[in-house]
Amino acid sequence: MSTLEIKDLHVSIETEQGEKEILKGVTLTINTGETHAIMGPNGSGKSTLASTIAGHPRYTVTSGSIALDGEDVLEMSVDERAKAGLFLAMQYPVEVPGVTMTNFLRTAKTAIDGEAPKLRTWTKDVKEAMSKLKIDADFAGRNVNEGFSGGEKKRVEILQLELFKPKFAVLDETDSGLDVDALKIVSEGVNRAQDENNMGTLLITHYTRILRYIKPDFVHVFVDGRVAEQGGPELADRLEEEGYDRYLNVKA
Amino acid sequence: MSETTTHIPDEKVRIGAPSIPGFTEEGENLSPINENDSSPLGGASAKAHSHGGGVGVPDSSRAGRLTSTNVEDFAKLTGREEDWRFTPLKRLKGLHSDELTGAAPKVELSGNDIATLTVVSSDDALNGVAHTPDDRVSANAWKYASQTQVVTIPKNAEGAKASVRITGESLAPAAQHLIIVAEENSEATVILDHVGSAVLAQNVEFDVHANARLTVVSLQAWEDDAVHASSQQALVAQGASFKHIAVSFGGDLVRVNPSARFIGERAEIELYGLYFADAGQHLEHRLFVDHAVANCKSNVLYKGALQGKDAHTVWVGDVLIQKEAVGTDSYEANRNLVLTDGARADSVPNLEIETGLIDGAGHASTTGRFDDEHLFYLMARGIDEKTARRLVVRGFLNEIVQQIGDEALQERLTDTIEEELAATDN
Repeated sequence: MSTLEIKDLHVSIETEQGEKEILKGVTLTINTGETHAIMGPNGSGKSTLASTIAGHPRYTVTSGSIALDGEDVLEMSVDERAKAGLFLAMQYPVEVPGVTMTNFLRTAKTAIDGEAPKLRTWTKDVKEAMSKLKIDADFAGRNVNEGFSGGEKKRVEILQLELFKPKFAVLDETDSGLDVDALKIVSEGVNRAQDENNMGTLLITHYTRILRYIKPDFVHVFVDGRVAEQGGPELADRLEEEGYDRYLNVKA
Repeated sequence: MSETTTHIPDEKVRIGAPSIPGFTEEGENLSPINENDSSPLGGASAKAHSHGGGVGVPDSSRAGRLTSTNVEDFAKLTGREEDWRFTPLKRLKGLHSDELTGAAPKVELSGNDIATLTVVSSDDALNGVAHTPDDRVSANAWKYASQTQVVTIPKNAEGAKASVRITGESLAPAAQHLIIVAEENSEATVILDHVGSAVLAQNVEFDVHANARLTVVSLQAWEDDAVHASSQQALVAQGASFKHIAVSFGGDLVRVNPSARFIGERAEIELYGLYFADAGQHLEHRLFVDHAVANCKSNVLYKGALQGKDAHTVWVGDVLIQKEAVGTDSYEANRNLVLTDGARADSVPNLEIETGLIDGAGHASTTGRFDDEHLFYLMARGIDEKTARRLVVRGFLNEIVQQIGDEALQERLTDTIEEELAATDN
């Protein structure tokens, strides 16, 4: 079993008005095999947590720690984190000019595993994973995310999740912009990855509808950079009925 | 050619004709490359034409450009001319103004013994069949080139490979004249491999006879101090195909102007280019495709990468579809990838269409950045920074490398791209 441990995490970003604190002390522990949903209103810091775990340079950790099986994640470069077994499915995957999906997937897999995948099984694995996610075969020859629709980009993120087999996946609003069919396909992919690799999942979402397909073990509600409440799956049901107003009113 | 000027057709339909003061078809005239002391529209480029629009009106049609073998016909350059406004004249080392009496780079032919190399005098009838200078530097080269090297691909030859190594050994301003003749129904790949140090004004003619298939790679692999202005003109006869690939990465200032004109129907012209500019380097490509006859096809694609402070690339693509050229199919595109801050890519596609009876004509230009978000995305998938950068640039430029069709050269270019990228890491 692996553990991702986030302790009293404070994170700031540079704005034109100066430094702004987004996360104001977040503590969270995730074990492999567990699914944690992080919910909360817009601007509460959910995506900041996701990007900080992955090491996006825009976010500065001012105090606190992130550890993966005791190893200091904050000391690792972005690529080292991926190699250590962390994966971020991005909210807005960027288009990468000049790099085909095939080339990208193979290069990334080689980097993460430390050795090149066996060509024959790899090609087969990629094909199968693509067909399960209903990604057209000709995407393999296209440049990474170039000209993909929003839904296609999200599916390609999950494709990577399935192929790279991380210990922990952070899904940053993977459900946003997906229609019901696409949401189902993407959720099935996440569930497969979890079943096959005993992956730990940090599912960041604004809405409860993805939780119909991916069942969380724990739910954490973020409000203004802190965990305002946590509980089991029943908390998600309550949010579905009541929304976030309760937390916002308390704050006011 | 006995004519020294070309003629503007009476009727014109031009796309993007200037209508806003201060703007031309090439956009706003704010070029800081050469200091301007008067209106950019009143420059010598307008006056120099024997039949241009007159003072104050730039003759923006490519068909109206002055052509002459006599350097005195061209006005002295000021840097305000449309054709020169991006080129730092101070760095031309006198190619536009001085006597070009330095020793011309050495020319050696290797390959598979099908092509031949001969030397003719500069007044031999072979000179000027496919080429008439259309700028002052080219005309200056014409004047001072003391002899002409001629590479001939014999009639019906198949699979001819000619590697022409052009080695510069001095920085004294020099002139050079080369002619490549692809005789009827021949098939050949010719590589013009420019290496060493030189300050060179060069004219290269390609005389592509009927049904010949000629691929030319002009490789500018100069040392850092080289200055090279090359006018490369092709005449493409009926049923022939001409593929020209300009590859520039060496030298301080390199300006390659490939132009190709159809003189027979059912012919095809492809102009490709690949450039990689480092800090302080000026790499310029100005090309011209002249659809002067009907039912021909042309395709242009130039791709460039830039890195480092004051790396500067210029791409100007003129495609002219003349009134007679019905049934033309033409496309041109330029794509730049800016890898670091401080680099500048100018990109100007010009398309002039004088007949509506064409199959297609299009142009495109994009200049994109390799930015932190690309880097983050790739690194978040375990790929280290160096590899990420390489992946993107290699992929981007590979489209052109694949056009070359010569394995050894393709490998050499791939290695060069790696070396260029390694330079970024330092």
